[in-house]
Amino acid sequence: MKQKYLPLAATILIFVLSYALCVAQYPNMLSTRVIGNLLTDNAFLGIAAVGMTFVILSGGIDLSVGAVIAFTGVFLAVVLEHGGIHPLVAFALVLAITTAFGALMGAIIHYLEMPAFIVTLAGMFLARGMAFVLSIDSIPIKHPFYASLKGLYYKLPGGGRITLIGGLMLAVFALGILIAHRSRFGTNVYALGGGTATAKLMGVPVAATTVRIYALSGLLAGLSGIVFSLYTSAGYSLAAVGVELDAITAVVIGGTLLTGGSGFVAGTFVGILIQGLIQTYITFDGSLSSWWTKILIGLLLFAFILLQKGIIRVSRRERQRA
Amino acid sequence: MTSTVRTYLARLLPQLIALTMILAAVSIVFPGFLSLEIQNGRLYGSLIDILNRGAPVVLLAIGMTVVIATKGIDLSVGAVMAICGATAASLITSGHSLAETLLVTIAVGILCGIWNGLLVAVLDIQPIIATLVLMVAGRGIAQLITEGAILTFNDPGLSFIGSGSFAGLPMPVVIWLAFGIIVALLVRQTALGMLIEAIGVNRQASTLSGVLTPVLLIAAYVLSGLCAAIAGVIAAADIKGADANNAGLWLELDAILAVVVGGTSLLGGRFSIAASVLGAIIIQAINTGILLSGFPPEFNLIIKAAIIVFILVLQSPRFHTAFAFLKMPRATAKPTEREAK
Repeated sequence: MKQKYLPLAATILIFVLSYALCVAQYPNMLSTRVIGNLLTDNAFLGIAAVGMTFVILSGGIDLSVGAVIAFTGVFLAVVLEHGGIHPLVAFALVLAITTAFGALMGAIIHYLEMPAFIVTLAGMFLARGMAFVLSIDSIPIKHPFYASLKGLYYKLPGGGRITLIGGLMLAVFALGILIAHRSRFGTNVYALGGGTATAKLMGVPVAATTVRIYALSGLLAGLSGIVFSLYTSAGYSLAAVGVELDAITAVVIGGTLLTGGSGFVAGTFVGILIQGLIQTYITFDGSLSSWWTKILIGLLLFAFILLQKGIIRVSRRERQRA
Repeated sequence: MTSTVRTYLARLLPQLIALTMILAAVSIVFPGFLSLEIQNGRLYGSLIDILNRGAPVVLLAIGMTVVIATKGIDLSVGAVMAICGATAASLITSGHSLAETLLVTIAVGILCGIWNGLLVAVLDIQPIIATLVLMVAGRGIAQLITEGAILTFNDPGLSFIGSGSFAGLPMPVVIWLAFGIIVALLVRQTALGMLIEAIGVNRQASTLSGVLTPVLLIAAYVLSGLCAAIAGVIAAADIKGADANNAGLWLELDAILAVVVGGTSLLGGRFSIAASVLGAIIIQAINTGILLSGFPPEFNLIIKAAIIVFILVLQSPRFHTAFAFLKMPRATAKPTEREAK
């Protein structure tokens, strides 16, 4: 097996093993219902994590994701409550706003040569602040179109349901994999992650790619916000705090290097599933407290970092021998 | 001596100007802002309040400056604050003495720092990821210590740290002032500061030239852990309770911001502890100022973001090159160093 697939293989192996362990203890966990819920409950996180994967692959980071999700939710709630426009129009409007927001951050990062960490941190303050300005209350969304969207699902054998938002996440992941590995933009992202100077020398349009990467992350954060508002049927400016960290964790557990240039969108999907599985297990168990989720995910993160370190060291040694 | 003072002031000038402008703006909107009064032998006033409320971020910023100077970053400080606050509260409620409680709490903070330092220096993991582990797990550990509840305590000694006063100043201010001066003297009166900057500029080169890189790196993260421990004790003592969920939440971001506003580059190298402390005070002045000036609190984050972007754009290298032509006449009039020699 090629070395670059090792982290991905390890992630999948750990997921399968831990799922098997869970099933051994609670046979009921092996049902399409659990799998369907796993997809639905983590849909918004998954969609945001696809955008984060691209950002991290390029060697950057986007801390604004959670705040953009909250902004999207509040924006939709306010617009649908007060203006009489159709939700689909509101969706298009909010996606345009979040995409432009992401593109603006990308432009600042590139043209002002400021670290992505600080620019997106300011973006996080700004997006959360805009959400506060729109409304500080939790506004319920009662539009009939929302109810009909929530009623859409594909029934799996065994009673499980792939809901609209769960299916949307799968579609976004499929699209993300295609873009990452089968498009020029995807190749440029990997090249940028390998080093800005080398990418520039190879003829990669650094400015356009950087702007597009953060625009994509903004777009997907907006989409994730729409999914989140469908999931909770409300908009609240304090919602989705810290989602960016969950997304980064999923990306790292999925085998993507934080230095950029190496990793897979598919790995992020498994990373999301592992996080969801830990939460589901704790719900099934009932006696474990919620804080074990955090400790377990932290330990898992540590284990994966060590694994990646080990792989890199082994591959370096082999390269030296060759 | 006067020349060192002058270069020192020149380094701090942008931060001092920013702070003065913010304070002036707030005092126009809120006239009583700058007044100070003494009651019961203690100073009161909005300015003192800024220094007092800013204590946790100032302390975190001191440790963060040194870590960032080594080209690192410490995301775990907020979680370490929660762990240390929880440790202090649980020890004092289970009947330990104040001295024991403080010693163990500080030790816990140092331990967290050693963990981060080992990951960065020995296992050679990227700092942002290495400290992310403790950031994610740390809050869980803090909740484990408090068993999910908010632990409250009534020990007068411990609450004195949060709300007492010494020499007319609130205790938190005395603590960060003393601690900041000690750290600044330690790094600037010895070669430590220069060695830390050397690591930040080029770790490999400094290792090759004989700098004990791993030891210094671990020491930087230990200092950050120590700062987080003190900040955690102050935060817990202030509310007489340890809240594992909210203590120090997102303060790591404020601390990093304080360092950046203070002009220390995230890419490592040159650092100034005084500038970072000023940066933290600027952030707190913005927070307090917005509250006092009667703006709707909803606007807080937007104004904060706008001011920060403004300060950062002023510092950005591109901005300097774009406006370099404005400074040209003066630059040509003065001979460059090489010519003068």
